[in-house]
Amino acid sequence: MALSASEVLAGLAEIVTDETGIATDAIALDKSFTDDLDIDSISMMTIVVNAEDRFDVKIPDDEVKNLLTVGDAVNYITKAQG
Amino acid sequence: MLKKVVVTGIGATTPLGGDSKSTWENLLAGKSGISTLTQEWVATHELPVTFAGQAKTPAKEVLTLQEAKRLDPSSQFALIAAREAWADAGSPEVDPERLAVDYATGIGGVWTLLDAYDVLKERGPRRVLPMTVPMLMPNGPAAAIGMDISARAGVRTAVSACASGTEAIANAFNRIRNGEVDVVVAGGSEAAIHPLPIAAFAAMQALSKRNDAPEKASRPYDIDRDGFVMGEGGGALVLESEEHALARGAKIYAEVVGASVTSDAYHITAPDPEGSAAARAMIGAIEQSGSSITDVVHINAHATSTPVGDIAEYNALKRVFGDHLSKIAVSATKSSTGHLLGGAGAIEAIFTVLALHERTAPPTINLDNPDPSIDLDVVTSPRKLEGSNILAITNSFGFGGHNAVVAFRSTN
Repeated sequence: MALSASEVLAGLAEIVTDETGIATDAIALDKSFTDDLDIDSISMMTIVVNAEDRFDVKIPDDEVKNLLTVGDAVNYITKAQG
Repeated sequence: MLKKVVVTGIGATTPLGGDSKSTWENLLAGKSGISTLTQEWVATHELPVTFAGQAKTPAKEVLTLQEAKRLDPSSQFALIAAREAWADAGSPEVDPERLAVDYATGIGGVWTLLDAYDVLKERGPRRVLPMTVPMLMPNGPAAAIGMDISARAGVRTAVSACASGTEAIANAFNRIRNGEVDVVVAGGSEAAIHPLPIAAFAAMQALSKRNDAPEKASRPYDIDRDGFVMGEGGGALVLESEEHALARGAKIYAEVVGASVTSDAYHITAPDPEGSAAARAMIGAIEQSGSSITDVVHINAHATSTPVGDIAEYNALKRVFGDHLSKIAVSATKSSTGHLLGGAGAIEAIFTVLALHERTAPPTINLDNPDPSIDLDVVTSPRKLEGSNILAITNSFGFGGHNAVVAFRSTN
């Protein structure tokens, strides 16, 4: 069964925290991965791969550059779940 | 004009302790850092050797989550040792363009490489961590230190197997001596207690197989020695021009007075039994110091506890010192620490520096039945070193026929 957007956010926040050490409650929909959370491209790729595993979705490399904010990623994953 | 070079900071994380102080105390107390490996992979692979010298303090207990995630264990040890050394030196204010790093490893990020290969085989290329390359590269430890202290005068990595750490110190010494830089963080680390290196070293019959008594396994110069014992960890020294150190009122442990690197061109793994190139490295370091061989009172020998290697080094020592050899206090500290490969030269340089600074040669443990063919005055309990302006050398030799020697002089 597909997860809701808020469930995806909670799961994604756990992945980001695990990779970066950033507090989970600081990871909100409007936060930019690079400007607000200071996540570099290497951490971003690890987050993407872990999100693919967790949510059973595919996030093509070409798509990653469009995921500027946490909200972008949550939207993409929520839709990709089908 | 050539500059004088001094040691102003030391740091280490070893099988004997998580810092240089506890390492030195446990070394003087005659403790062994060697123990049975309890990891599952020892049984899984039915390894013929089931013990090693694991770092007393796991690196993950010292570093942040992010540092631990993005650094191979070899770089983790490097960073821990370098931070201790840097703090010990008083975190000096240095022009970053006059600050360098010479930090070695024998093997590099072997854990990262082999873990990544397992991930590739089991889960496919997309699951291989994007940090894999910077984590496995042998210059990773040096680069991690360089970024940590903002060293912008060059970050270099000597890779010469078990001579690496000493060669890095030799390289650092020369840069300061020649006036290129003012301060260098130098040393080496290794983190190769992994089933593959253990299997590979065991396959070449290089490792002790004394599985029933790990603490007794590393026994340089003993008639029953049967190979070396792998160890892990790192050591770092802050080397500084004397001028720079005096200007900031730094504490000085000892002076680095000479360094020499030679090569056997004899065999890829076996040492030249005549020891002529090893002897030239010792003579080179002592000559550079402006002292004579009779000024040398202490040697931290390479002495890995292999049947062939200990004899070859002894032959080289006889060649260099002749009759004076009987007056030199020889310590074989791998008996306590195991062999840290690329990190060995660094921690043994620290032991040599502390031996001069504290006028105490550290003991060699497990010498129960001295090999009658090796006639050395081996220190078996902490021994006072008398005199002023005394000289000590540390030897390191590595597969590939590498020989590296650094000479230190007391300053207190």
